[in-house]
Parts: sequence; C-alpha cells; structure tokens
Amino acid sequence: MLGYTITQWLFGILAFMAIMFGLMVVFSRNPVNSVLYLVLTFFCIAGHYLLLNAQFLAVVHIAVYAGAIMVLFLFVIMLMNLNQDSEPQRTMISKVIAGVIGGLLLLVVVGALRGSEQLAITRYGHSEIGLVRNLGRVLFDEYLFPFEIVSVLLLAALVGAIMIGKKEDRPLAESNQE
Amino acid sequence: MYMMLSVILFIIGAVGVMARRNTIILFMCIELMLNAVNLLLVAFSRLHEDSSGQVFVFFIMAVAAAEVAVGLAILSMIYRNVKNIDTDHLGNLKN
Repeated sequence: MLGYTITQWLFGILAFMAIMFGLMVVFSRNPVNSVLYLVLTFFCIAGHYLLLNAQFLAVVHIAVYAGAIMVLFLFVIMLMNLNQDSEPQRTMISKVIAGVIGGLLLLVVVGALRGSEQLAITRYGHSEIGLVRNLGRVLFDEYLFPFEIVSVLLLAALVGAIMIGKKEDRPLAESNQE
Repeated sequence: MYMMLSVILFIIGAVGVMARRNTIILFMCIELMLNAVNLLLVAFSRLHEDSSGQVFVFFIMAVAAAEVAVGLAILSMIYRNVKNIDTDHLGNLKN
C-alpha cells in the first residue's frame, strides 16, 4: 500500500485523529462536547501507547483518564449546569493573538528539534519493556521511594479536595451574603 | 514523528489555555498538554528500551489525578460563591 507498512498507516491515522479531536476540544462551544472529544483524544493516545508496545500503560491510561478524570469533569459540568453555550466569547483579537503565539511556539520548537534523535516508526518490533512484570520490577526497585511519596500526595489531595469541597462554615457564608 | 505529534498536541493545549475563558476547558487543555508529554516520554522509553520513562508516566498520571481533584473542588467552591467560572470574573481572589 503505497510503500507504507501497516504500522505506519496506523500511526498516521491515529495521529491525525488525535490532532483533529484535540482541535475539536479547543474549538467546540459546548463544554460537554469538549469533554467527549477529549475522551476520544485519550483513546487515540492509548492507541499510540499500544503501537509503542506499552500495553499496560495503555490500559491504565484508559482506566484513569477516560474512566475517572473525564467522568469527574463531566460530573462537575453537569453540576454547574454549564451544558449549554453560555460562555461569553473572547474577542476576536485575543483569539488571533493566541493562534499567532501558538504558531510561533510551534515554529520555535520544530526548529529546535530538527535534526535531533528521532524514533523511526519503522523500527518497531518485539519489546518487553511495557509488560507488567518489567514495569513492576523497575517501579519497586529503583522508584520505590517516589512511589511512596506519590501515595502521600494522593492522600493529601484526597483530604484537600474534601476540605475544600465541603460546605464552608457559618462566618464565611454570612460574609458572602452581605 | 512522535516528537512532532507531541509538540502539536502540546501547542493545541497551550492555544486552548490562551483562547478559552471557561475554567473547566482550561483544565482540560492542561490535561491535553500533560498527555502530550506522556506520549513523548513513552516514545523515548521505547527508543532507548528503558522502562524508566513509563514509570515517570505513572507518576505524572498520579499527579494529574491529584491536580484535577483539588482543582475541580476549588472550582466548585468558587462556583458556589460567585456563580460564575469565567476567567475574567475571577480576577480578584479577595471577595
């Protein structure tokens, strides 16, 4: 097929879909649509992980991002009743400025990366670094201390989210009503 | 190839942060940028046949989950008080 292998076709299709859905996240007016497009982007990125032989990471990515984080986003949007086009738009000039800044950033980074070490997508093959056995060995040998720190971080985030999210005490509420 | 894809996804996220006003969509664009970095880490881990990159991706996922939990809690508290989550209305932290 035009001299491309099936891996290259898959990469091209997945990359195109990821970029398109990413653009739709930014450009769609309705926040709920944005969330759903972001979920599709995450699925495309999970496909890329599979292409890169990171099978376990792909599954974890779908479970954590599409399954947990995006549901949280959707829940908050529904809670705030934002599922309509209620967002006042920025002016055209600031959107144009944002686009120009993004284009310039792209130009700079692409220019800086040109000629650097590239991962040729034809060089796929068998690789076992993404399997649970090898990942677990690295995680619990070399990165045991950061792993424990992450557990503390998650606990702190849990407690913090509950503390912030619960109903505030009387004095603050009264001062808001004034 | 993966480097270009990651850069493009990151810049889409950055433009989204600059161009939108809804704070929730700002959060989602930050997630997009984090995922671009994750993709690049996995690609380099594959290039060098080293699992450390994928372990870093785990840590980034944990940090992103914590960030989203705390951020959305702050956001819902702000919405409860101000009834608005546009960035232009959130200029003054002191009520």
